[in-house]
Amino acid sequence: MSFELLLEAIVFGVLLGCFYAAVSIGLSVAFGLLDVPHVAHPAVMVLGSYCTYLLGRYGLDPILAGIALMPLFFLLGVAIYRFYYESFEKRGSDAGVRGLAFFFGLAFIIEVGLILAFGVDQRMVEAAYIGRSLALGEFRIPWRMLVAFGVALVLTAALTIYLSRTFTGRAIKAVAQDEPALRLMGANPVRIKQWAFGIATAVTALAGAMLIVVGPVEPSLDRVYIGRTFAVVVLAGLGSMTGTLAAGLILGISESIVLMQFGASWAPAVAFGLLLVVLGIRPQGLFGR
Amino acid sequence: MSKRFGGFAALSEVSLEVAAGERFGLIGPNGSGKTTLINCVSGALRNEAGSIAFRGEEISRLAAYQRTRRGIARSFQIPRPFHSMSVLENLVVPLGYVVRLNDADARAEALRILQTIGLADKAQTPSNRLSQVELRKLELARAMAARPRLLISDEAMAGLAGNEVEEVLKILFALNATGITIIMIEHIMQAVMRFSQRVICLDAGRIICEGTPADIVKNADVQRAYLGA
Amino acid sequence: MKFWIGVAVTVALATGLALSRTNEYFFYAGFVVLQFVVLATAWNILGGYAGYVNFGTAAFFGIGAYTAVVLFKAAGAPLALQILAAAAISGLLGFGTGLLTLRLRGIFFSIATVAVIFIMETAMVNWRYVGGATGMQLLRPPVMEPFESYTRMLFVAMAILALVAVSIARYIEVSWIGRGLRAIRDSEEAAECFGVPTLRLKLFACTVSGALMGAAGAAMPMYMSFIEPPSSFSLTYSVSALAMPMIGGTSHWLGPVIGAILLGSVQQIVTVTISSEINVLVVGVLLVVFVVAAPDGILGLLKKLGWLLRSSR
Repeated sequence: MSFELLLEAIVFGVLLGCFYAAVSIGLSVAFGLLDVPHVAHPAVMVLGSYCTYLLGRYGLDPILAGIALMPLFFLLGVAIYRFYYESFEKRGSDAGVRGLAFFFGLAFIIEVGLILAFGVDQRMVEAAYIGRSLALGEFRIPWRMLVAFGVALVLTAALTIYLSRTFTGRAIKAVAQDEPALRLMGANPVRIKQWAFGIATAVTALAGAMLIVVGPVEPSLDRVYIGRTFAVVVLAGLGSMTGTLAAGLILGISESIVLMQFGASWAPAVAFGLLLVVLGIRPQGLFGR
Repeated sequence: MSKRFGGFAALSEVSLEVAAGERFGLIGPNGSGKTTLINCVSGALRNEAGSIAFRGEEISRLAAYQRTRRGIARSFQIPRPFHSMSVLENLVVPLGYVVRLNDADARAEALRILQTIGLADKAQTPSNRLSQVELRKLELARAMAARPRLLISDEAMAGLAGNEVEEVLKILFALNATGITIIMIEHIMQAVMRFSQRVICLDAGRIICEGTPADIVKNADVQRAYLGA
Repeated sequence: MKFWIGVAVTVALATGLALSRTNEYFFYAGFVVLQFVVLATAWNILGGYAGYVNFGTAAFFGIGAYTAVVLFKAAGAPLALQILAAAAISGLLGFGTGLLTLRLRGIFFSIATVAVIFIMETAMVNWRYVGGATGMQLLRPPVMEPFESYTRMLFVAMAILALVAVSIARYIEVSWIGRGLRAIRDSEEAAECFGVPTLRLKLFACTVSGALMGAAGAAMPMYMSFIEPPSSFSLTYSVSALAMPMIGGTSHWLGPVIGAILLGSVQQIVTVTISSEINVLVVGVLLVVFVVAAPDGILGLLKKLGWLLRSSR
């Protein structure tokens, strides 16, 4: 591969990688910090994409639509966590298997629900920045990737700052590290986790908006994103926000290079392959606790 | 041996020797590394540096179940019964897998152990329906079922009332009388001091004192570790 | 002893039906239901007994199907050989997946099984020999006496396979292996400390489970006279194999059988009368409902009902 092509792949990979990081950050909180086996995370994200599409039909810009959806998805997240907690976490013992089965079933229900509502065809949105590219010397960078990249950076930074600087944010990190101690200090861990899960889901709404900006969506998209988001979260190391960015970049660049070299049919397998490799060699990831 | 968790050294070059048949006490404030130590010995964790020798054999490369088959058994601080099984069946697991008895012999032996420990009338009870003290006894009974040469009792008496502590202590003394080496981790000082022939005190991953119960009680470092500077 | 009588009766029944004048459609649908009995039983060996949730049934099933195709295309192998080979390859796949991830927490194993589906499907899509993305047609060999149609023969073959699967599951369940798996499910840490070789047992369960799933997949290409990646690796297999034991009950070998027969029949009816999307929705909803409200499945409900009846006397 020529050097120019390689450079182009890397540049695209960086943009893609940041996008993957932003898309995975909700899972980083839900699974990495809160230990919820949330395999329905990508499905909720695709749901967000379709909601963005609906709002787009009324002329709303996708990114703005995503932001508008955040409060709604926050409530959805709180509801899901509450249900999960009452049905599984509280009862202990067999909860692991059943909790996992629950989220798997939920993912399926969402996917099939979307098929029934929208059909299997791809949907996309329109915006000023979709379809045009920025010319930068030799390269043409699609504007929509730059927008997603920008939003991703802002989102990741905002969430990282929230978790480390604000009171509730640090409470969330505390509950991940030492729940009994938190209880002794008078805080209610369930409410904190609920809040955290809500935030993770709200973030996922915006991720869904970015998803439909970056490319067309279809209901089965959640399947390949299970691989991508879990690959990022595991590679980062559970609970590490900065690791998520690094891991996202690694995935984005790898996928981009494979895409250029071997074509589109192999690119989705990169995430899953990376996931298996990480699980086999270094399961605690790059920055794991 | 040494054990690190990420950047945190849970154990730093801890070296100790336990003689066969000895009653050995292990004390130290919370977070001092006691549970990490026995996790490394029993095989639940792998130590990074150092070696563990049991009856002359180097065992730090062995999986936990292999160490159990060589004679090391432990009870858990927070009881971990096989909750879908009855009390009896909980004991059949080690009797089948460690001692390699067939089903019928294992059940008979399990019943015998339950009788010595006072749980025989609960043999068919699902283990998730036991009281705290019954769970502790089950933990010990299960460890006994593994026919160990070394039994590590991890805070078996935590949270128990005075007479319950006595019951458990009696069982441990009886086990030791049959030749089983016992390492006892406890916070109940009375029990440790009465039971142990030798005691070690850990603090922040290091041994700060070693000796007879009388020595330990008088030691200034130990007092500081427990009560603060 | 009662069990083996039941097995003999079932074989006789299946063969008798196949030789009778029963409507051909019965065997089309019956084949699918029996296939699910095998898949659900296989899933339960690792999922129900040991507590490790496999999302990747579709991968093992699909690889079994493709193994059968390769053997058929390369050597014209008979069905029995196809099934054995498929079991071997899928068993190997199960062993490999397990080796990579069974040392870790349950959810990592589950995610890895999703990864296996994708990777296997991508590999088959890119393999021209078996038809690649568009798949390929297959010509069924002439049917053996005394069966009237190939489908009837497949029905009997699948019935026998289902009985084999159930026998294996039952043996594992009542043996010392089953006790070890249950100990792992209840408290893996304690099991390891009390002499249970947890990794070995988990690998064993994973391999056997994968092998049976592959065996179930082997007959699929002949059944459809066609093979292609999307339908061979369809996630419906994964969801169904998970839902059926959850619905029927996971602690006893009868559970997956009940779940498969009930849910399999419902699926056939819904797919034909409404649509295949609604069918998948129904499976998903039933899965969630049972997992939340009836964690011990139908068997558990029957047990409770039995107690109620007994105590009311």
